Amino acid sequence: MRDFEYIRAGSVKQAVGICAEAKTKAIAGGTNLIDLMKLQVETPARLIDLNAIEDRRIEETDAGLRIGALTSNTAVAIDKRIRADYPVLAKAILAGATQQLRNKASVGGNLGQRTRCPYFTNIDQPCNKREPGSGCGALKGVARIHAILGASRHCIATYPGDMAVAMAALDAQVEIAGHSGKNRMIAVRDFHRCPGDRPELDNILQPGELVVAVHLPAPVGGTQLYRKVRERSSYAFALCSVALRQSPGLTNDCRNYCSENGQAWHCSKRRPTF
Amino acid sequence: MPIVINSLDYQLPDDPRVSLLDFIRDHAGLPGTKKGCDHGQCGACTVLLDGERINSCLALAVMHEGCEVITIEGIGGADQPSALQQAFVKHDGFQCGYCTPGQICSATAMLAEIAEGWPSDATDDVRSCPRLTDEEIRERMSGNLCRCGAYPNILAAIREVADAGQ
Repeated sequence: MRDFEYIRAGSVKQAVGICAEAKTKAIAGGTNLIDLMKLQVETPARLIDLNAIEDRRIEETDAGLRIGALTSNTAVAIDKRIRADYPVLAKAILAGATQQLRNKASVGGNLGQRTRCPYFTNIDQPCNKREPGSGCGALKGVARIHAILGASRHCIATYPGDMAVAMAALDAQVEIAGHSGKNRMIAVRDFHRCPGDRPELDNILQPGELVVAVHLPAPVGGTQLYRKVRERSSYAFALCSVALRQSPGLTNDCRNYCSENGQAWHCSKRRPTF
Repeated sequence: MPIVINSLDYQLPDDPRVSLLDFIRDHAGLPGTKKGCDHGQCGACTVLLDGERINSCLALAVMHEGCEVITIEGIGGADQPSALQQAFVKHDGFQCGYCTPGQICSATAMLAEIAEGWPSDATDDVRSCPRLTDEEIRERMSGNLCRCGAYPNILAAIREVADAGQ
C-alpha cells in the first residue's frame, strides 16, 4: 500500500472542503477502498475518515425514512421499520457480501463502491476505468460478470452492489452535500452512470461532493421481491439481479428494476409476466 | 485515546497503513488471529469489533481509536475454552486449524445475532425472527472459508452450542 496522509473529519463541511482536493479519498467502512489500496488500484495521497461525523441514524421523516450515509449495511437490514415496510431493501442487502463485511460497510460507501471487473483490479491489465485511454482488457477477455446492457466500446464493467437496486425500485433519493452548503437530492436510479466514453466516472458526484443520506419515500406495501443470480449460493456478486415492488391493487403500477450487475436500470411500469 | 484489545490498552500505530489485523498480530503480539487472503474473502482474520464480527484485514488500525476488539485469545484459551471452542474440538471442526480462530469468532457473533433476531439471506420472511436451521447456519457462516473442507463438522459444533443455548 502506498503511503498517505490520514485525516479525521469532524463535520460534513470540513470533509467536503478536503475531499475537493486532488488525490483525496473519503473513507467510511473501508471494505472496498482498503482492498483497492492494497492492490494499488487506488493510491490516494490523502484519506479523510468520515466516521467521527456520526450520521449513522435511521430517522423518520414526514414521508418515510432518512438513512444517514454512515449507517452500516447491517443496521439497515436489521431495522424493524425497514424489514416491515421496505422488505426488498433488507433482502437485497442480505443477499450481498458476508455478515463481517455488512457490519463494516456503510450505506454511502455501498453506493460508491467500485466495479469488481477483474481487469480493473489487476494493475497489470489495461483498463479505461482505472487508467483512461489504456484500453479495456475485458472486451476480449473473460467477461462473465460484465454488462450486456448499458455497456460501451470503452468499458463493459458494472456497478456490483445489491442495495442500490432495491433502493431504485423503492424510488429512493440520495442526499448529496457539496460546496454550496445546500444539499441536493437525486434519485438513486440516476446516481450511477453507464460507462459511455467516460468510464472513469462511476457516478454523478462532482469533486468535493459527498453522499450524506438516502431517503426512502412513504411505505407503499404490496409485493416486494429481490432475486439474485450468482455463481454460488452465498457470498458472490450478482450475474444479474432484479428488485420488484408492486403496489397493492394497482396492477399498472409495478416498478421492476433489473440490475445487469447494477449498471443498467430498467424501469417497467407494466405488470411483468413470470 | 488507545485501542482496547481483549481488555488491554494499546497505542495506535504512527503509520496509517497498518491494518487492524497486522496491528493485532505484530504490534499487540496476539498471533491467534490469522492472515489468509488479506482481502476480506476468507474470514480467517475475523475478530469482534465493539461486539460485531468484522474482517480485520480490511480495517486500518488508526481508524479504531477508542474501539474495543476481542480476538480468539479473548474468547477463551486452553485453560478456559468457550463452549464453541470445546464443541469444535469435540466434533473435529477443523483439520489444519488455520481458519479455526476466525470460524469461532464468527460463530460466537453469529449466535448473538440470532438471539437478537437478525435475519439473513436464508430467512424466508425478513419480517419474522429467524429459526436456526442448518441452512441459516451455513448462510451466516459463508464469510469463513475452510480449505480442508471441515464444514460438516463445523456445522455440527455450532449446532450443538446453538441447541444447548435455546
